[in-house]
Amino acid sequence: MSEQKIDGFELKPGFKGMASDTGSDQTMFKGVHWGKAMMWIFLLSDTFVFSCFLISYMKGRGSTIVDWPNTSEVFSLHVGGVPVPLLLIAIMTFVLITSSGTMALAVKYGYEKNRKMCGWLILATAVGGLTFVGMQVFEWSKLIHEGVRPWGNPFGASQFGSFFFMITGFHGFHVSIGVIFLFIYTYKVFAGHYESKKRGWFTKMKGDYVEIEILGLYWHFVDLVWVFIFAFFYLW
Amino acid sequence: MSDEYDNNKSYQAQSSEVMDGSTGSVNPDIDYVRPAEVGEQDLYHGHSFIEKWVFCQDAKVIGVQYFLTAVFTGIVGLILSWLMRLQLGFPELAGFMTAEHYYQFVTMHGMIMVVYFLTALFLGGFGNYLIPLMVGARDMVFPYVNMLSFWMFFVAVAVLMASFFVPGGPTGAGWTLYPPQTILEGTPGSGTGILLMLISLSLFVIGFTMGGLNYMITILQARTRGMTLMRMPLTVWGIFTATVLAMLAFPALLVSAIMMTLDKVLQTSFFMPTILKAGEVLEYGGGSPILFQHLFWFFGHPEVYIVALPAFGIVSDLISVHARKNIFGYRMMVWAIVGIGGLSFFVWAHHMYVSGMNPWFGFFFATTTLIIAVPTAMKVYNWILTLWRGNIRINTVMLWCLGFIVTFVNGGITGIFLGNVSVDVPLSDTYFVIAHFHMVMGIAPLMVIMGAVYHWFPLVAGKMLHEGLGKWHFWITFLGAYSIYFPMHYLGFIGVPRRYFEMYDSPYMTSAVGMNEFISIAAFIVGAAQFILVFNIIKTLKTGKKAEQNPWKANSLEWYTSTVPPEHGNFGERLPVVHRWPYDFSVPGAKDDFIPQTTAPSEVIHTEVEKT
Repeated sequence: MSEQKIDGFELKPGFKGMASDTGSDQTMFKGVHWGKAMMWIFLLSDTFVFSCFLISYMKGRGSTIVDWPNTSEVFSLHVGGVPVPLLLIAIMTFVLITSSGTMALAVKYGYEKNRKMCGWLILATAVGGLTFVGMQVFEWSKLIHEGVRPWGNPFGASQFGSFFFMITGFHGFHVSIGVIFLFIYTYKVFAGHYESKKRGWFTKMKGDYVEIEILGLYWHFVDLVWVFIFAFFYLW
Repeated sequence: MSDEYDNNKSYQAQSSEVMDGSTGSVNPDIDYVRPAEVGEQDLYHGHSFIEKWVFCQDAKVIGVQYFLTAVFTGIVGLILSWLMRLQLGFPELAGFMTAEHYYQFVTMHGMIMVVYFLTALFLGGFGNYLIPLMVGARDMVFPYVNMLSFWMFFVAVAVLMASFFVPGGPTGAGWTLYPPQTILEGTPGSGTGILLMLISLSLFVIGFTMGGLNYMITILQARTRGMTLMRMPLTVWGIFTATVLAMLAFPALLVSAIMMTLDKVLQTSFFMPTILKAGEVLEYGGGSPILFQHLFWFFGHPEVYIVALPAFGIVSDLISVHARKNIFGYRMMVWAIVGIGGLSFFVWAHHMYVSGMNPWFGFFFATTTLIIAVPTAMKVYNWILTLWRGNIRINTVMLWCLGFIVTFVNGGITGIFLGNVSVDVPLSDTYFVIAHFHMVMGIAPLMVIMGAVYHWFPLVAGKMLHEGLGKWHFWITFLGAYSIYFPMHYLGFIGVPRRYFEMYDSPYMTSAVGMNEFISIAAFIVGAAQFILVFNIIKTLKTGKKAEQNPWKANSLEWYTSTVPPEHGNFGERLPVVHRWPYDFSVPGAKDDFIPQTTAPSEVIHTEVEKT
């Protein structure tokens, strides 16, 4: 979005620029697409949702009477009979972060109007997300198999299962919604909806490759949240 | 402008470059407004009845839908309050009512009025209708999402109302829904009732988020040419700041609702400590009920300002228009709104002074709470100073505004009592608290809503509401509301606790009984008086006098649409261009006593000012 020109308005750098943009008419964020501004503000609100969850988790974990389960044992995978802590979660994190990379490339190719590359990269992102959700399903079923339930578990404080299933579930729900949209946009890009200015199914509005960037913002956010969940659940 | 001020040449309205008649020179550059940054909005016009009136994407229709749905829930809340007052004043007539019913009515009344009535009415109703018109946009920026927002709210209301009809009835845990009792057996509606309440709240938050994104982006990114943030009417500022608060505060409500739902359905123990019930240890254990209180009030206190800030904004505009004077200290008013909004996130624990928290913690929150009084008092002074030496028109709208100032100051002062820990502790959970918050966030915003209805009805419906009926409506409501809440302060001082179904043989029974009867009678009358407005609206729609365009001679853009009522797209072929703030009333030297925002500096018609 650099090097843009706005008729009759001088874009200044730094704090002065911010002040003059704020004081100007029409728009506060010069040249920023409505949808993109909306996504940023939605993500700010969503940040508060996840912050509330994580702060509650810290409070909950800090005030239980029973000891918290030893996470490096609970979350370990047995490879050839040897428990390897953090193995699954390392793979999951790697897959999700990689999908952020492919998403960023998709945005780049989208703005270059490279329809094919953009489509393939969104598809790769969607597959990455799907793999992540799949591994999460595996992890959940493994824990459930070992007796971890939202209302209790054999390893320690019952809040462990409660917070774990709630927060990773809420994050997984975000990933799943993202995957659904990634598949929809894969179709839209391959079908050339942005070139033909086809109107949306529901909104009846014409689209643009900026939508890929907006989707990308959401996807990077979901990844960023995962980093926090990873740190708070698996490393603490 | 009134003649007596002609001699006062030092009055010069901000941003209005009115030429003195004698100089006569007109510089064409002063009319320059830079070109549009964004192209015309792509609008989808509905074709069928369903697309035009049901699943409509026009923000004005959505605003009216929000308004009517919110008023419906408000009437339900009103009827619940009648039933409560019947029990408190005349228990012998309320034989059909059990203690369980009473608690359910208290709970539903509180939740309905705060969330589903006031919040939805101000942000969903007035926000949707006024934001695009006042900032000069064709519609909200995401009309489809806006439509979904209303229907999500509608479903939330439907789920809430459904809880009246499920076995066990709605929840009776008090509107704060404190665990652990909320979801334990023995509390009315602890089965399906509380579940529906939590689901309904979650849906409300999701629906509101969709709407809130629309309000914020429309204000930030879709203003018309020449409309800077500091030229926006204060109504827009109030709604905008309230929306920001809501976007940051509702997450806490959503999270606490999700966690409590899990506590209820899956027997998790987020909020549930170890509980002994009839000698038996329940399955819960290890949770923190205080955590819920923190989450709830982190939402709950900003929620107070989500209701109050739009009211502040709207009343500023109404006072300015009907006193024919620019709002005093516009920038101060804006910064006060923003400052109150910011501070409101740091005061939540003043609702928890009796929860057993560390006294130093209470000291911190008492300090922040009292600091909020500073910007709030600035606003009150500015309203008074706007009225001072104004060309005041004592019409219905102005009466409601004056009523607002009085009730708001009253409620604000009792707020200073309750903000101090040492005063709050004995007054906590008494009728003093009831009196305080009903005055400050019940009656005061309601006064603004009524004023706003009388003010903007000509725009929405194209007809003038009947003034005489309006004045009856005002005086009964105003005096009646005082009759209800003023004695409650006294009841609080003598220690009558709130949320009690009856006083049994306590000493209050004798000293408070007459007062309770009086309050109840006043409540019945005030409640009934609200139907004067319903009657007035129906009568006006049928036989009312047709309104001229801009009947109040206001300056803001909503009165300068191509048609009245405005059609989809609001402004006809060309969007208006804004040259000034909306408060150029009684500008010395100008011919009319108002200069619309769209008037270019060189177009101002001026007259010779008599020199004395």
